[in-house]
Amino acid sequence: MLSTTIALNRFGLGIRPDEQLPREPKRWLLQQLEHFEIRPQAFAQVPQRAQVIDQLADYLAAQRSAGKAKRQMQMASLPANAMPQPTQVDEQAGELKKFLRQTIQQDYIVMNSARVDAALTTASPFIERLVHFWANHFAVSIDKLPVIGLAGLLEFEAIRPHVLGKFADMLIAVEQHPAMLVYLDQAQSVGPQSLAGMRAAMRGGKQRGLNENLAREIMELHTLGVRTGYSQSDVTEFARALTGWTVGGLAGGPAARLIGGAPGEFQFAAFLHEPGKRTIMGKTYAEPGEAQARAILLDLAANAATAKHISTKLARHFAGDEPPSALVERLTDAYLRSGGDLPTLYRVLIASPEPWAPRPLKFKNPWEWTVSALRAVGSSELDPKVAAGLLRQLGQATWQPGSPAGWDDIAASWAGPDALVRRVEVAQRIADKSGPSVDARALAEKLFPGSLGDETRAAVARAESPAEGLALLLVSPEFLRR
Amino acid sequence: MLTRRSFLTATGTVGALGLLGFPKMAFAAAKSERRFVFIIQRGAADGLNIVAPTGDPAYAPLRADFAPELATGMKLNSFFTLHPALEQTGRMFGEKQALFVHAVASPYRDRSHFDGQNVLETGGSAAYRVKDGWLNRLLDLLPPDEANALALSSTVPMALRGRHEVSSYAIAQLPKPTADLLARVGALYESDHELHGLWTAAMETRMKAGDSMSGAPNGQKGAATGALAAKMLLGDGARVAMIETNGWDTHSGQRGRLAAQLRELDQTVAALKAGLGTEWSNTLVVVATEFGRTARPNGTGGTDHGQGSSAMLLGGAVAGGTVIADWPGLADANLYEGRDLQPTIDLDALIAGALSQHYALEPGRVMTTLFPDSRGGALRHSLVLT
Repeated sequence: MLSTTIALNRFGLGIRPDEQLPREPKRWLLQQLEHFEIRPQAFAQVPQRAQVIDQLADYLAAQRSAGKAKRQMQMASLPANAMPQPTQVDEQAGELKKFLRQTIQQDYIVMNSARVDAALTTASPFIERLVHFWANHFAVSIDKLPVIGLAGLLEFEAIRPHVLGKFADMLIAVEQHPAMLVYLDQAQSVGPQSLAGMRAAMRGGKQRGLNENLAREIMELHTLGVRTGYSQSDVTEFARALTGWTVGGLAGGPAARLIGGAPGEFQFAAFLHEPGKRTIMGKTYAEPGEAQARAILLDLAANAATAKHISTKLARHFAGDEPPSALVERLTDAYLRSGGDLPTLYRVLIASPEPWAPRPLKFKNPWEWTVSALRAVGSSELDPKVAAGLLRQLGQATWQPGSPAGWDDIAASWAGPDALVRRVEVAQRIADKSGPSVDARALAEKLFPGSLGDETRAAVARAESPAEGLALLLVSPEFLRR
Repeated sequence: MLTRRSFLTATGTVGALGLLGFPKMAFAAAKSERRFVFIIQRGAADGLNIVAPTGDPAYAPLRADFAPELATGMKLNSFFTLHPALEQTGRMFGEKQALFVHAVASPYRDRSHFDGQNVLETGGSAAYRVKDGWLNRLLDLLPPDEANALALSSTVPMALRGRHEVSSYAIAQLPKPTADLLARVGALYESDHELHGLWTAAMETRMKAGDSMSGAPNGQKGAATGALAAKMLLGDGARVAMIETNGWDTHSGQRGRLAAQLRELDQTVAALKAGLGTEWSNTLVVVATEFGRTARPNGTGGTDHGQGSSAMLLGGAVAGGTVIADWPGLADANLYEGRDLQPTIDLDALIAGALSQHYALEPGRVMTTLFPDSRGGALRHSLVLT
């Protein structure tokens, strides 16, 4: 593979036929660090956060009132005709909930479409790729209804603005974003000794308390990495420090007033916060309120284990499933020397020999493959519903990795027999849509200058139709890897 | 009154009475019609809510939040109650085709899903120590004709990765490519080692599946997957299959979410039984998770990551109708690190015990092949009808 091919496919998102091939690949990549659009034109239709939160709040309120009505029905000993029948209540609430759920799903489709269109049209494909990398590092998953409308906003509001900044700033933006606070159950976590916790205990009502989900995943997935020396008690202490980190505009009842704040904005709710000092990995944090968890996050971001964890993942993404240790060390040093300055890490990647190895190093995941296939046929937008459905069929529905660990970044997770057949199915569909307008033989030479294999060249040339030739090109060994 | 460390079974057998001798032992299995299905519950399923130890006096005060459902659950014996969403599984228990094991766990003793699943699937004693999966190594022990496995998913999960080529197949909804394109793709991959292997496996599986599996409506995925697995296991292809289930990580809203999860699992198993017909009597299904959840609910209507959980053996070949547990108790002092169900039965030993009985194999050899790091032996209770 030529360095041009590597820059365009391994660092970038694939070649577009209407693009000039960069003459100096490394300079082309470095220039992108200066020209990245945080909010490109493709985002024009993306709904505002307040709007998404309002829809979600309406949904949750409908759910609460349906539950309340049901309970009242069950307790009341009124004659059956004095109140609407349970089925009527259920149906009305059901209709409203259904409508709101569709609205929220529509938000998701619009946001996914914006992500796809940005990837197809961007002038900075290397930085867009890094956005996708970080969004996966800080994964949320739309398996939970409240996350469906928020997942895209996490990427647009917390990842994109910091992709060329400091890791610590991205970390705090992510952990304070409503998508993450809701996804990992932080928004509802209550300090047992907090005002809210004590009151609930005194009333002897429903137990409310600590949820350690976010604290654990920050340590295990977002910063230090698993088995790096933190203990169960560090996780629990961190969970206590994080109590009070919540979101405005979602709670019902008296809690809504107490949390306050604009809908969807991060709020520190003192009445939920576990008072007192916290000790984590031998260090004591005496900060009051919100500052406590923030101080812990900053220390986690500066930890050598975090530097190694992040460096390993970056090296795996650009230099192969088994990340070369020399590259990992170089990145780790750069991380620690620069205080987690992300562009410094990207420059190390560009300057290092390992990501420029001439043989293919990575099997593309469905997202990478779809984006590069659409770029290859010169597509600059896709029907929003089709885009969402396509990625789901290929096994990688956007923002739905199913777990906070995000999608795997190794071939074994993507190169499966059935997965391969699905790519052939999609390739046929893309090729059929592109029609005879694309000459797959010329395109093949353009996509893989100097590295097109004889088998692929021959298969494309011998195809029974232009569309079939294009489909074969899109599933060729060269195209499936980067 | 049941005491700690007494063995409980539905028939009242206590202690070592349930131990088995092995009349038939072999180093490689003889030809058989036996079939094996492994269903993984990814996300840490809450065994305390699935096979609920309602007879433990500490249970009711701990788990009052989740009590309402269990009131209608099937009483497995004087001690354990089955979650009512497992309706058809409960019926199998009545027909002695289901066996539950409790306070069971893999050797993993930390609380990361991803490491825990790696240990569960590789059969190692620590994450990433063993590079292939125990289900793939099982194929080493089977006659060549039967050493044929299938993953009911788009890609091959860790447990099935390894030396033996394994195919994967999932329910798809895309239009089918033309036969001509398929043939040309096959030719194009001939000189690419990785893609050639994947493609050959995909095409073989596709031929066997036929045209009937072209998608399932939402909410019936469990049943469709079970039916598909049965169909694939009946042909002359796979004898071993793995089904992946996700969504067991119930940190919040556990009551509704767990019930839905269990209903889907119940449908999968029921469809498997219905689809296999008479071959159900030759079938063993193992259902297991990477670890359990905290004994105490958390503050948000859910539970956090724990240790011991429950596992299931299902199928016509199972010596069912009992619950096996070396019950550690739920009082504070008995909990692992003061918070989780203490594991007292090794999941590896359970799987090795069940498989050695299922295939009439020498248990020690099954144990060292599937779980090379393990120091204990296979479980010797009667698990499968031999």
